[in-house]
Amino acid sequence: MHDHTPSPGESPDLAARRAVMALCGDARPEELRQALTQLGATDAPEDLRPPETGLVMTRGRIGGDGRPFNLGEATVTRAAVRLRGGETGFAYHLGRDRAKARLAATLDALWQVPHRREAVEAALAPVAARRAAERAAEARRIAATRVNFFTMARGED
Amino acid sequence: MYVAVKGGEAAIANAHRLLAETRRGDTAVPELSVAQIREQMALLVDRVMTEGSLHDPDLAALALKQARGDLIEAVFLVRAYRTTLPRFGASEPVETGAMTLRRRISATYKDLPGGQVLGPTFDYTHRLVDFALAAEGEAPVAAEAEPLPDAAHAPRVTDLLGNAGLIEPSAPDDGTPPADLTREPLDFPADRALRLQALARGDEGFVLALGYSTQRGYGRTHPFVGEIRVGTVAVEFVPEELGFAVPLGEIDLTECQMVNQFHGSAEVPPQFTRGYGLAFGQSERKAMAMALVDRALRAEELGEPIGAPAQDQEFVLAHCDALQATGFVEHLKLPHYVDFQAELELVLRLRAEHAARHATPQTEMKEAAE
Repeated sequence: MHDHTPSPGESPDLAARRAVMALCGDARPEELRQALTQLGATDAPEDLRPPETGLVMTRGRIGGDGRPFNLGEATVTRAAVRLRGGETGFAYHLGRDRAKARLAATLDALWQVPHRREAVEAALAPVAARRAAERAAEARRIAATRVNFFTMARGED
Repeated sequence: MYVAVKGGEAAIANAHRLLAETRRGDTAVPELSVAQIREQMALLVDRVMTEGSLHDPDLAALALKQARGDLIEAVFLVRAYRTTLPRFGASEPVETGAMTLRRRISATYKDLPGGQVLGPTFDYTHRLVDFALAAEGEAPVAAEAEPLPDAAHAPRVTDLLGNAGLIEPSAPDDGTPPADLTREPLDFPADRALRLQALARGDEGFVLALGYSTQRGYGRTHPFVGEIRVGTVAVEFVPEELGFAVPLGEIDLTECQMVNQFHGSAEVPPQFTRGYGLAFGQSERKAMAMALVDRALRAEELGEPIGAPAQDQEFVLAHCDALQATGFVEHLKLPHYVDFQAELELVLRLRAEHAARHATPQTEMKEAAE
């Protein structure tokens, strides 16, 4: 599972929607295409906003925990679509992949159709599984470099 | 004063065609792909992103390919590209305390909650050229181990010191958006947020040299590396039309927390002070140098004597940008014919006057010498 922790006061619905958005961001374009094929989502959604690449200024905090400062920008691509039923879906992803943003916006819209929600989450389960496996493997490689330093006696006597 | 020239179109076009051919090099050697640069020249890509002030590994790799590996030229391309894009807004501040760590070391504590992990590092290598890399071979395989249960929770070292009141607290977030030097020209005095933005995109070599100068005594700050952490953080952005934080994805960052000489006063007991560095990708040297210079630039705020270059914010911030520096230095090679002609005429006139003043005695001396 994606390690998305709900913020305090966040509704479970919003937490679930954000988790799906995060998964779509993590996914490869072909994984999103597969998910949409599996969902049988053939009717092309209407572009509410054609996919567009722009910038988001990434902020850090002074000292890691203090006042924000502007670290530098990142390319971000966004898309917004509307289904025939009226549901609107959005995607904002790091990078410049317009086609992927549109696929993700479509999945976000489909997730909002109550009877399709479960199916959308199931269709994205392989992405979650792949990412979890990659994260676990990376954690194992990093764990092998965990170090214990010993302070040497100074040998003064 | 620079006066423009015209003409030379054909030669310029041909020079660019020659550049393209030269860039490709020997066609008997396979061409580099952008993905190869991104994966195998990753630290250079990180540096282009950091100094280009734009996170986009593929774009940085492409810029490096186009620039024939010239770092500052690649930064130039990336900076030019960003001016073509609309700004959607600013992210929520990233939470480096929740970073998925690939590397985390401390020079102040041996034993830390969450442990120290070396990750992929040049530290402790022997710096012997590995000729085996000149041949293509099997992809190396890293060792693996079971992560310890505490590995998931690694608080910042400064948080540990802060909990005990041993280090100054960070200035709290009062909700004011930080100033942005890409929107308003840099104005002095610049606050710490603006200084950190300028240092983050500053030239690594310049910031490194200034950091080094503080260690050698020009604005000494008695630094310890409290912690360096490298890893991935989630970036979130609140689009107006949605009104909630949307996960944009994850980026790699390097954070350095310098723990510096302590201060105390009648009101506050002695406490360590902080210097902070943050950069895109794995950019350890940059983050460390930035943290040293950040702390040096706080001299006035902390009531320290000022006199060293690294403490002079106008000097540091006005000269740390590699692109501005190269722009002004490299413009000298463009035609300055009118400019130079004026200077030349002036020198010739002064020489004529000089000769007239000294005509008689000089001629005599010259004849005597011959």
